[in-house]
Amino acid sequence: MEIDVLEGIFDANEKIARENEALFLKNRVFTVNLMASPGAGKTSLIANTLELLRDRLRIGVIEGDIASSVDAEKLKVYDIPVVQINTGGACHLDANMIRQALDHMDLGALDLLIIENVGNLVCPAEFKLGEALRAMILSVAEGHDKPLKYPLMFSDSQVLVVNKTDLLGLGDFDMEELRRVVLRMNPDIVILELSCRTGDGLPGWADWLYDKTKAF
Amino acid sequence: MHELSVTESIAAICLKHALQNNARRVLKVNIKLGELTGIVDHYVSFYWDLVAKDTVAQGAELNFIKIPVMAYCSRCKEEFKVEEYDLTCPKCGEADTELVSGREFLVESIEIE
Repeated sequence: MEIDVLEGIFDANEKIARENEALFLKNRVFTVNLMASPGAGKTSLIANTLELLRDRLRIGVIEGDIASSVDAEKLKVYDIPVVQINTGGACHLDANMIRQALDHMDLGALDLLIIENVGNLVCPAEFKLGEALRAMILSVAEGHDKPLKYPLMFSDSQVLVVNKTDLLGLGDFDMEELRRVVLRMNPDIVILELSCRTGDGLPGWADWLYDKTKAF
Repeated sequence: MHELSVTESIAAICLKHALQNNARRVLKVNIKLGELTGIVDHYVSFYWDLVAKDTVAQGAELNFIKIPVMAYCSRCKEEFKVEEYDLTCPKCGEADTELVSGREFLVESIEIE
């Protein structure tokens, strides 16, 4: 006997993600899910964003890592709410981990919540967290050929930050080719170039994020 | 990479419906899998034996129905198959097309006895 089921395999996660989203909306907290491979500059971008925006916005951070609190420690100097999630081996954050982390975060005291996902270009793209903005970083060191290898993340993100532009010219990274391929996959994506090392392009990113947060 | 947790979700869905329908055994699980998801069916099948062991779904066949990535061009008023994740319409070059399929990942039905 055949039984119709028609049940999405990510439904359980998506239900909790919608609950998180409702909570963010109620508290008017603009939430960013920041995804990238290990070493692309997620923590550096967050640190620089805090530097540039902490006088203008009330910001909290959720740090997702497989293990350790190295990243949360780095952000301690900014004296903002930081919650560390250790996934204990899981390759991505899911909505339920965020829900639990929110027990330790006063949403009423925030304008912007940045969630640093586990360093991985594959799995985080499949799991919604309840975020308003899906942001990803690709660093110049990784090469411009990544979109076709990791299509889901490039297709799903609303903003692509290209970091480490100070390395342009040292290898064969082709910015025009990257833009061309990404825009064909995702015509609405915003692409911003910057270098966390030199600071080039950072004010542009900070202003863009500030405007998005204020418009939320 | 997260195929184990995905396989556990599939098992949970199967067992819930098997129980609701008083199944003695689940013979087959029909899964729709869009080609834009990052799920590798081979790995799901690999974990399935482990996850379904000692349940009514033990030994059930996983049948993956692959769904191609398709988009709709509003200018040509027709659907086209997306190659290499390029959403540009191959006929008229329109960039602003709409993804129609390829993101599916669901248990469509189960066969029980």
